[in-house]
Amino acid sequence: MWELGSRLGFIPERVLAAPSTVAETFWALTASGELPANLLVSLARAAAGLAIALAVAVSLGLLAGLSRWGETVVDPLMQIKRTIPSLALTPLFIVWFGIGETPKIALIAVATTFPIYLNLFAGVRGIDVRLVEAARSFGLSGWSLVREVILPGALPSFFVGLRYALGVSVLVLVVAEQINAQAGLGHLINNARDFMRTDIIVVCLLVYALLGLSADALVRTLERRALAWRPSLVEQ
Amino acid sequence: MVQPRIRRRAFDTAAPSSTPIASPAVAPAVKLTGFVRQFGENRVIDGLDLSIAPGEFVALLGASGSGKTTLLRTLAGLDPIGDQDVTTPGARAVVFQDARLLPWKKVWRNVALGLKDKDVRARAEAALKEVGLGHRLDAWPSTLSGGESQRTALARALVREPGLLLLDEPFAALDALTRLKMHDLVLNLWSEHKPAVLLVTHDVDEAISLADRVLVLNKGKIAAEEHITLERPRAPDARFQAIRRRLLGHLGVEAPAPHEGALIAFPTGEAVQ
Repeated sequence: MWELGSRLGFIPERVLAAPSTVAETFWALTASGELPANLLVSLARAAAGLAIALAVAVSLGLLAGLSRWGETVVDPLMQIKRTIPSLALTPLFIVWFGIGETPKIALIAVATTFPIYLNLFAGVRGIDVRLVEAARSFGLSGWSLVREVILPGALPSFFVGLRYALGVSVLVLVVAEQINAQAGLGHLINNARDFMRTDIIVVCLLVYALLGLSADALVRTLERRALAWRPSLVEQ
Repeated sequence: MVQPRIRRRAFDTAAPSSTPIASPAVAPAVKLTGFVRQFGENRVIDGLDLSIAPGEFVALLGASGSGKTTLLRTLAGLDPIGDQDVTTPGARAVVFQDARLLPWKKVWRNVALGLKDKDVRARAEAALKEVGLGHRLDAWPSTLSGGESQRTALARALVREPGLLLLDEPFAALDALTRLKMHDLVLNLWSEHKPAVLLVTHDVDEAISLADRVLVLNKGKIAAEEHITLERPRAPDARFQAIRRRLLGHLGVEAPAPHEGALIAFPTGEAVQ
């Protein structure tokens, strides 16, 4: 339909490029190395932001989850910050960090911290206390209790958070890369917009979608490996 | 086997109180004197005296809320005891009613939980073979049947060579046939390893067929005590039935049968010899 509409001239080229054009552009961009290079830049940004978020969220989640004291200190702050939409911080981050790489990575880090933190915290708190008690009766305490019982027990929730965070990271990437990007998918889209190249815009949109899907697939694979012990409700 | 003994609060208890144990020369594996455990206004355990000899198999009967589980948790070291005098062996192990296996660890790793030596795998394997699960070493706990889970929990307890084995209604959730098999298994393991055993149960028949001594707990005190001298394996013969009637009477299930034989009742919590 889309193809037909484009061919017959119902859909002008500058509104939406024909699928065949999009495919050709995709191929041309890939062959020239422009798309892979920019994709790599975007991926590196997302990865850097996620790495920071993981470190911060796991530390805070464990701190708040494992002690009453930690909960009192950490959780209210996180809940307050959570209610501020991360993207609304963009202007502030530009003022603070300029228009280089830092605000982009910082935005991704801030936005992805919350889903990981919240789910890990819930996972730690939702652990079956009977299992903790049994482990204690067999002499586990302190760090060994955390490592053998609490962390594995919180892992399913953690993965839910991670999956959500990966989705969020792509979303924030799109916005962050509108900030004066010299490279990356956002840069590609911005250029295309200036030249009204809807074909390139569509290619980039498709790549964003693919990124989301592959992020999800990645976590699924991790989950299948790490949570092999879980009886699944639906047979695979 | 000599177990290291822990006196969790060493204060002077020089005067040996009268114990129901035949040979007072052997230091008891478990000793509680006038033990009290209170939750708010509610005294769950109220001045309880208990002594278990090394290698003795004691069953503890009592209605719900009689303090059975609280007593077991105290002996397991899971509840705070304050400054009261509680003597237990250093090596203790619990088998809970729900097996409480960690679902993310394979069966043998569950058995090896908390062990620190080098060849834990070999020890876990030996313990699992002993309970007849040598073929399920690498299975996930979620794939085990109820009986297999409890046998794993037993292996996990025994691999520690406990001086005191605490069994918290471990067979209550099993079907009748599996329960009988588990009874045999527990008796075999007990005669092999000779830990002191405290079995908490609702089941009077189970208590009589397994234990050397059956205690009835009521309102936080030991209300009755029955020494079972029948030879194992125990068939439900006339003597068995007589003990059963008496114990049920103490549990208030039937009209109390005429008192006879070795029953010692402690209506006020004091020993009446």
